[in-house]
Amino acid sequence: MSDKIDQSWLLESATFSRPVIREIQRAAREGIYDIRGFGAKRKLPTFDDLLLLGASMSRYPLEGYREKCDTRVTLGTRFAATPLEIATPVTIAGMSFGALSAQAKEGLARGATEVGTSTTTGDGGMTPEEREHSKLLVYQYLPSRYGMNPDDLRKADAIEIVVGQGAKPGGGGMLLGQKISDRVAEMRDLPKGIDQRSACRHPDWTGPDDLEIKIQELREITDWQVPIYIKVGATRTFFDVQLAVKAGADVVVVDGMQGGTAATQDVFIEHVGIPTLPAVRIAVDALKDLGMHREVQLIVSGGIRSGADVAKALALGADAVSIGTAALIAMGDNSPEYEKDYNELGSSAGYYDDYQDGQDPTGISTQDPDLGERLDPAMAGRRVANYLRVLTLELQTLARAAGKTNVRNLEPEDLVALTVEAAAMARVPLAGTDWIPGFEKTR
Amino acid sequence: MEFDLAEAGVRELNRFLHDTASSGSRVEVGNPSGRHNIAVGAMHECTVRVNGHVGYYCAGMNRNADIVVRGNAGPGLAENMMSGTVRVQGNASQYCGATAHGGLLVVEGDASARCGISLKGLDIVVGGSIGHMSAFMAQTGRLVVCGDAAESLGDSIYEARIYVRGKAAGLGTDCIERPMESEHLEELGELLDRARMSHPAQEFRRYGSARRLYNFDVDNASAY
Repeated sequence: MSDKIDQSWLLESATFSRPVIREIQRAAREGIYDIRGFGAKRKLPTFDDLLLLGASMSRYPLEGYREKCDTRVTLGTRFAATPLEIATPVTIAGMSFGALSAQAKEGLARGATEVGTSTTTGDGGMTPEEREHSKLLVYQYLPSRYGMNPDDLRKADAIEIVVGQGAKPGGGGMLLGQKISDRVAEMRDLPKGIDQRSACRHPDWTGPDDLEIKIQELREITDWQVPIYIKVGATRTFFDVQLAVKAGADVVVVDGMQGGTAATQDVFIEHVGIPTLPAVRIAVDALKDLGMHREVQLIVSGGIRSGADVAKALALGADAVSIGTAALIAMGDNSPEYEKDYNELGSSAGYYDDYQDGQDPTGISTQDPDLGERLDPAMAGRRVANYLRVLTLELQTLARAAGKTNVRNLEPEDLVALTVEAAAMARVPLAGTDWIPGFEKTR
Repeated sequence: MEFDLAEAGVRELNRFLHDTASSGSRVEVGNPSGRHNIAVGAMHECTVRVNGHVGYYCAGMNRNADIVVRGNAGPGLAENMMSGTVRVQGNASQYCGATAHGGLLVVEGDASARCGISLKGLDIVVGGSIGHMSAFMAQTGRLVVCGDAAESLGDSIYEARIYVRGKAAGLGTDCIERPMESEHLEELGELLDRARMSHPAQEFRRYGSARRLYNFDVDNASAY
């Protein structure tokens, strides 16, 4: 007789599934919540729940390999003397040196520059390598102000005031002591080895009226040259976007709850905010309500993976998207190449999310010099560039099929939804119907 | 060089400080009338004298300049200042010296709440008293208070040092009184001299971090 029990008749609880049981027992053992990286892992309505309508009799498609489909976007046209001109509407989101290795930051910079788009600093300031390799660099202005100084501010091509991020709207951050190398400590004016808390609120303004004056200060210091973005985590998106516009933003960045993080409580990642899909539509509504759609540009982020995601976000009214997690994956994060190393850390390729602990075998989310050496910035940059090119080609393919000479001519009318939820959130009809749940018939 | 802000805009003043001023330049600013963002982003070793009250963020991100406000200052005075000297002859509103990295900030009167919040190396000397939550999450630098400190002084402080001559109404999380050694008396005496304050260093008490919360420990959860 076999020692193995026949499990085919066992019934697992949907409420207390094995991962839930495992987490309860881990919590009971360790007495602390789970802190991890990556983004939301739960199933959420996404752009996969939308489909594009290609041209047929009623629309005229463009020839795929011959007719031009423009992907260029200008960001920051409202007040800045020097708006950002990007060649593709896909930018690299803010990720800190500290959370990421210097090699990873350089790789992102190289990749973005190769395809003519922007990359973004993060909490911890601007590194010389990142500036050197970035043709267009957006400088994040965060509550912690780690590494913040007017010289780097003036070197930036745009400034992004971070009010929140999709993985943790309303929450601050924590870079755990094990990732605080000498260099990170020096840049952040804190001793080596201690946890570095990133505040959840800015230290010198408390609301949109103050923020308006703060933005004017940043414009004065930079002589009104560069665009100023405001980034918010997607929650009360309609009001947040309108207040950002009122405060004087040139560009609003809305980060949905699928947006990644280097270290946040799992309970925060999975249970706070709204998905990117409804956030785009709400943000566009907010801009249109003010008559500012396209005058203030909208960048959306949070779970963007493919050219299809980009096309759908643009069709809903975004001007560009940002990628973070996908760019790390492009550089090699969660690659099966490192399966053995992942196993030694108790994880596996495709599951790894412990960006917070500094032991990333790919050399991406670490400050360990030996691990960091594993990542060749030139190769990482090449991979990021390749990936960005694929996103752009996919976007153009879909836009041409819908008959668009410019990707920003994609519109909600080019979309239908596969699910009732997605139809309601994106406010496009359920496929095969003219029904938009929650709204009156629009066509 | 004189700027009458009733005639010229703040933009004109700041542009001059960035593009035209040089080491040794002297700038007089009249009729500030509480305007915001006066003399922000100055970068040269020039002197700026502002004759009246200023609004938000005056002297923000100052590098090298010697700026005096002959009046009161609104919120965010000298925020993220890098070096140089900023002196306010009246009182300062909230968050003065927030996140600032270096130089000397002197407030001859009182400073409101969150003075020196998230301090990163600046020295602040306040002639009067300071408001609540001052030196919150202050990382490094020194805060000298010749009067009293309101509640939650030095909450979640890191390595910054606080000297208070009067009473501290309450200390924030992980902030404790620490002994005054000779090195502290010496540095405090030097700071008071630079700020042109005449109090003896021996009259002050020192506060700093207990360093109990530097690395997250679940057994400290009740402290947060």
